[in-house]
Amino acid sequence: MTFTRSAEQQQFASSLHDLLAAADVPGAARRWADGDHSPGLALWRKLAGLGVTALAVPPRSGGLGASWLDVVIACEELGHHAMPGPVAESAAAVPGLIAALADERLSARWLPGLAAGDLIATLALPPWLPHAADADAAGLVLLAEPGAVRLATAGTRHRSVDPARSLSQARGREVLAQGPAVAGAVARAREAGTLACAAQLLGAGRALLEASVRHAGQRSQFGRPIGSFQAVKHRLADVAIGLEFARPLLDAAAVAVTDGESTAARDVSAAKVACTGAAQRAARAALQVHGAIGYTQEHDLHLWLTKVRALAGAWGSQAEHRARVMAAIADGSLAWS
Amino acid sequence: MSPGTGAFRAEVRDWLRAHVPSAPLPSVDTAEGFARHREWERELAAARLSVVSWPPRYGGRGASLLEWLVFEEEYHAAAAPVRVGQNGLFLLAPTLMRHGTAEQCDRLLPPMARADEVWAQAWSEPEAGSDLAAVRASAVRVNTGRAEGGWLLSGTKTWSSRAVFADKAFGLFRSDPGRHDGLTYLLFGLRADGVTVRPIRQLGGETGFAEIFLDGVFVPDADVVGAPGDGWRIAMSTAGDERGLSLRSPGRFSAAAARLVELWRRAGGPDADSLRDRVVDAWIGAQAYRLHTFATAARLAAGGTLGAEASLGKVFWSELDVALHETALDLLGPRAELRGGEEGRWLDGYLFSLAGPIYAGTNEIQRTVIAERLLGLPR
Repeated sequence: MTFTRSAEQQQFASSLHDLLAAADVPGAARRWADGDHSPGLALWRKLAGLGVTALAVPPRSGGLGASWLDVVIACEELGHHAMPGPVAESAAAVPGLIAALADERLSARWLPGLAAGDLIATLALPPWLPHAADADAAGLVLLAEPGAVRLATAGTRHRSVDPARSLSQARGREVLAQGPAVAGAVARAREAGTLACAAQLLGAGRALLEASVRHAGQRSQFGRPIGSFQAVKHRLADVAIGLEFARPLLDAAAVAVTDGESTAARDVSAAKVACTGAAQRAARAALQVHGAIGYTQEHDLHLWLTKVRALAGAWGSQAEHRARVMAAIADGSLAWS
Repeated sequence: MSPGTGAFRAEVRDWLRAHVPSAPLPSVDTAEGFARHREWERELAAARLSVVSWPPRYGGRGASLLEWLVFEEEYHAAAAPVRVGQNGLFLLAPTLMRHGTAEQCDRLLPPMARADEVWAQAWSEPEAGSDLAAVRASAVRVNTGRAEGGWLLSGTKTWSSRAVFADKAFGLFRSDPGRHDGLTYLLFGLRADGVTVRPIRQLGGETGFAEIFLDGVFVPDADVVGAPGDGWRIAMSTAGDERGLSLRSPGRFSAAAARLVELWRRAGGPDADSLRDRVVDAWIGAQAYRLHTFATAARLAAGGTLGAEASLGKVFWSELDVALHETALDLLGPRAELRGGEEGRWLDGYLFSLAGPIYAGTNEIQRTVIAERLLGLPR
């Protein structure tokens, strides 16, 4: 019932933060945007060294079999640093999907590589996720539908508002799994990916608030730091409040998915709605506090601003998630669990 | 959740089901309603449910913070009467336990737990609202001509909730010039010589608070809380409780959100369609506040402390409360303005919610605290 992150989990987040802070992630994101994935892929292998890519992979397939709260903690930190690449897909949804299909042959074929960080995977999960993100950087592209999971090839490629992200049509090829059991596995992958995406948004929101506080403390106008003006203070206080009250929803949803609670879908959607709202509020405030310099690609802020806008509609729109919450609470399952 | 919480929840739920009056009590801000609420408190106290988190010797059960939150959830879910003694129970009592003497606790807490003595808060003044340290009402030391040493209180206190019918008040008084360091925390009787209470009609039309005029009111040394001159620090620790966990427990919003969803479900039609997202957001907000509070309680139970972070919660719950009730009124449409009856409780709740961003430190003060003390923005 209570969801506080353990000392070990906080230590894990802090180690990830240290690694990413020292790794020039903005530089890798800019190269990624230019079509050069090599620095980003090198970062991905460093993350594998800390176990990030193995969290959602079961132990017998070379993974750590960690809880979804651990995955959420990792993805929040990746969002905090605007890590390029298909984070929610490769670190959460695809390993979650393959593990849930419970097919030894498929697990042996893909999971060890995912766990080791040698393989990056992405997927389309229509209509929730109509395109596959960053398919051109992925060694495995899947098309997941309720009736079947297929290998896919990347079709037409679209640019995203986030320059370090692309979206491709997933053209289904070889059927990997089909039958009635597939729907449950696809639903699980959907919850896992949505959770991870919400975590990235929360992390990005935190980074935007930190950047705003830093800038407001350094930038002077009228002879004083702009952060001393009440209009700026109160706007950033509201950002802090939004982020503070989104996190418990995210952590509770991760626990609900891990434990297979009947409220899991409701909780994941509530978390996505809250994290998206908090991150968007952080983004608007950050741009306003930075002023014109924030409205450029010269400043790194744009990497976070555009990622928030891209992820806000990914893994289910706000409208879809609100509808899912209402469907759960209006039919009487109002238990405050 | 701690062991035993399940059984405790069941006991509270069963007791409330058997005892909560089926029709709402008359307003607590009328003489009759106040008396009825006092009787209800005595009923709660007889079941040792009025102050579950207090030590047994004062009338409680020594329940954990988590159990107290469970009690509150059940209390609000049962739509039980408003707590007439809440200022004393949730603000003065924690202060006495932390800063008062054993004699004060033994003398004051048991009658508070039984609502034999209902307390009002006397902090704000006409010229000291958000700037509370500007308090002018004075406490002057007297030790001649009386059997015991003490203080004479003079000045005006205002916006004092429940003071019209309450028995006693706790307040901040200026005992020395200066600002924060010249204040003393004192207790006084609302029917003592030299006290005049003027009821003030609130936005909703009832006399929910009052102005208190003090003209040389004698207070013995035994009714000073903490050291003379130390009142600001003591008051701020009370204010932390008020903004923190105790004043607005999540059960209140969880219960209101559940009723809002039910109101929406029954409304149907195009109005309900257009208001769906606001209903969902109110429910999500209540759930967020609940989860956040449980996590905070777990942190405090593990030895953590609650400081300026309490300001985050105060802004969050007070704005959630307004948004939730505004949504309910929008669902009611033309019936929203009607007083009384079952639906009129939404209007009462809305009017009450509007005070939330103002009392216990305005939300503007809270946002400044968040920006400066939590985010580190320059003063």
